[in-house]
Amino acid sequence: MKRWIAFWNILAKDMRAYYLKPPNISWGIIFPLAWTGMFFIRSGSGLESVLELLPGVMTISILFGTTSMLAVTITFEKRSRSFERLLLAPISLEQLMLAKTSGAIVFGIVNAFVPVIIAAFLADLSGITWSLVVPAIILIGIVSTFLGLFIAVSVSEIFEAQTFSNFFRFPMIFLCGLFFPIMSLPVFIRPLSYILPVTYGVDILHGAVNGEHILSFTLDFIILGVFCIVLFILSLRNIKRRWIL
Amino acid sequence: MRLGSSPAIDATNLTKRYSEVIAVNSISFQIGNGELFGFLGPNGAGKTTTINLLTGLARLDAGTIKIGGIDCTGNPKAAQHLVGVVPDESNLYPELTGFENLCFCAALYGMRKNERQTRARELLETFGLTDAAERKFAGYSKGMKRKLTFAAGIIHRPPILFLDEPTTGIDVASARQVRQIITNLHRQGTTVFLTTHYIEEAERLCERIAFIVKGKIVKINRTSDLLQPVKGKNVLILSISDSEANVTEALASTFPQYQFQSSVPEQVRIESSGPVNIGPLTRFLEERGIQVTEARRHLPSLEDVFVQVTGIEAGLMLREKEKPGGGGNQ
Repeated sequence: MKRWIAFWNILAKDMRAYYLKPPNISWGIIFPLAWTGMFFIRSGSGLESVLELLPGVMTISILFGTTSMLAVTITFEKRSRSFERLLLAPISLEQLMLAKTSGAIVFGIVNAFVPVIIAAFLADLSGITWSLVVPAIILIGIVSTFLGLFIAVSVSEIFEAQTFSNFFRFPMIFLCGLFFPIMSLPVFIRPLSYILPVTYGVDILHGAVNGEHILSFTLDFIILGVFCIVLFILSLRNIKRRWIL
Repeated sequence: MRLGSSPAIDATNLTKRYSEVIAVNSISFQIGNGELFGFLGPNGAGKTTTINLLTGLARLDAGTIKIGGIDCTGNPKAAQHLVGVVPDESNLYPELTGFENLCFCAALYGMRKNERQTRARELLETFGLTDAAERKFAGYSKGMKRKLTFAAGIIHRPPILFLDEPTTGIDVASARQVRQIITNLHRQGTTVFLTTHYIEEAERLCERIAFIVKGKIVKINRTSDLLQPVKGKNVLILSISDSEANVTEALASTFPQYQFQSSVPEQVRIESSGPVNIGPLTRFLEERGIQVTEARRHLPSLEDVFVQVTGIEAGLMLREKEKPGGGGNQ
C-alpha cells in the first residue's frame, strides 16, 4: 500500500508540475492540429483523405508528446538532483520509473485523441475498429514513452536529450509508414522500418481505421509488447550504470 | 520507528573508485543507535561519497554495509525506509510550494494524506517557515531552502539521519536553529551521521568523530578522547610584521620550555603546558626587527587536534570550502 501511495504521488506531482501546464496543454492541441492541417493540405485531396491521415497523425502526436516531455522531466530532475530524492525513496527502481513514465503515457494517449476529436467533425468514424485502436494507442504511448526514457537516461543535458530524440523521431515519420506506405519505400530502406517499434503500432492503426495492414494484428501487438519490455529493461540498466555510479 | 540491538550503521572496508581516483579507500566504522557521529575532512576527502554509498546513491566497489542490522551491500533499497538524507545541496522541486514539497516527500515514504499534511505543518512551524508554506520553493532564500530541505529529510521520522554539510552557506541565525534541531533529534534518539567542515560545529555537536583525508579515516574516537592531548595546554598566537622571517628555530633554542610553530604566514604559534610569558618573547622578536602586531590567547580545541593529526590547516580547509564550487561532491 505504502508503495502505491508513493507511485500515485509521483505520477500526480508530474502531471501537475509538468503535463498540466498551459504550454503543454496548448502543445498537445496545436501540434496534432498543425500536422493534420499540413498533411491534409499537402495531400490535395478532399475530406475523404482524413481517415487515411488519421493513424499517422495520432501516432506522431503520441511520439512527439511523450518523448519531448520525458526528455525534459527526467533529464531536468537529474540535473537539479531532485531525482536523488526519488532514488532514496523505499520503492523499487522499476516501480519508480513506471511512476515517472505513467504521466508521459497518459499525456501521449490524451494527445492521440485530439486528432480523433477533430476528425469526428470532418469524417465518418463509424467504420473504425475501436477495440483495436484503443489498445494500439496505449501500446504506442508506452513504447514511445520508454523510447523517450531510454533517450533521457542515456544523456546528461536537456539539449542532448532533445537532439537525441530528434535523431529517432524524424526518421520515424518517414520510415514507419505514418504517411507513406512502407511498401513504397526503396527495398534497401525497408529493413530499417521493421527495427523501429512505431511501425507495428501504425500498422495496427491503419488496419483498424482503413482496413489495410501488413502484418497480423497479433504479431504487431506481440512485437510492440516486446519493444516495451526491452526498452524499459535497457533504460533501467542505464539508470543503474550511469546514475547510481 | 525503532532500531533493534544491532549498530545503526556498520560499514566494513568500504571502497569506491572513480576511474583512477580512489574516493573512499577501505574505511570501516560502526555507529551505535542514537549516536551523533561526525565525519570531518577537507574538500574531496570522501565524505559525500561515503554518504552516497551508505544510502544507495553510489555503488560499492568493495566492502559491506549494514543499516539497522539489515545487510544492504547488494540491495541498498532494503533499509531505505530507515534512513533520512539531507544532501549538501537543496534539491527540492522549484515549481512546488514549501508545503507541497514536504507533502510530496512524505508520500514517497508511504505516509497517508492526513498524516503527511499534519507532519508538514508541524515541520514548517519547527523551522519557522509557516509564513512561506504556500510560496514556491524557487522563490525561497538560500537559508530557507536549506531549512526546507532539512525538513524534507526528516518528514518520515527516520531513525537514522544523514546530514551532509547541513549549515554550509546559510546565515548565522539559521545555522544556530539547524544545530538546535540536530541536538533535539539526537535527544529524541535519532542516530545522526553528520559531515561538516566546521570543526567547531563537530566538536559542539558530535559524540564521536572520524577525520577523513583522501578517502581514508586517519583518526576515529570519542570527541572527549580526541581533545585529551590538548587539554590543559596553553596556546598563544603572535601576529608578526615580517612574513619572510623564519624565527621559530631561534625562538625554540632561546625558549626551550615552549614549542613553536609557524605554519601560517606572519603568525607564530606557541604551545606550553605552563603559562606563556609574553614579555621576553616580544622583546626577543623586536630585537630582530620583527614587530609583534597582535598577541592572542587561543583555547586549544578540536581544530588543534585536527591540524595535528591530518597536517591540514583548518583555516585553509574552511577557505577552500567557501570558494565557488567548493564543498561539492566529495
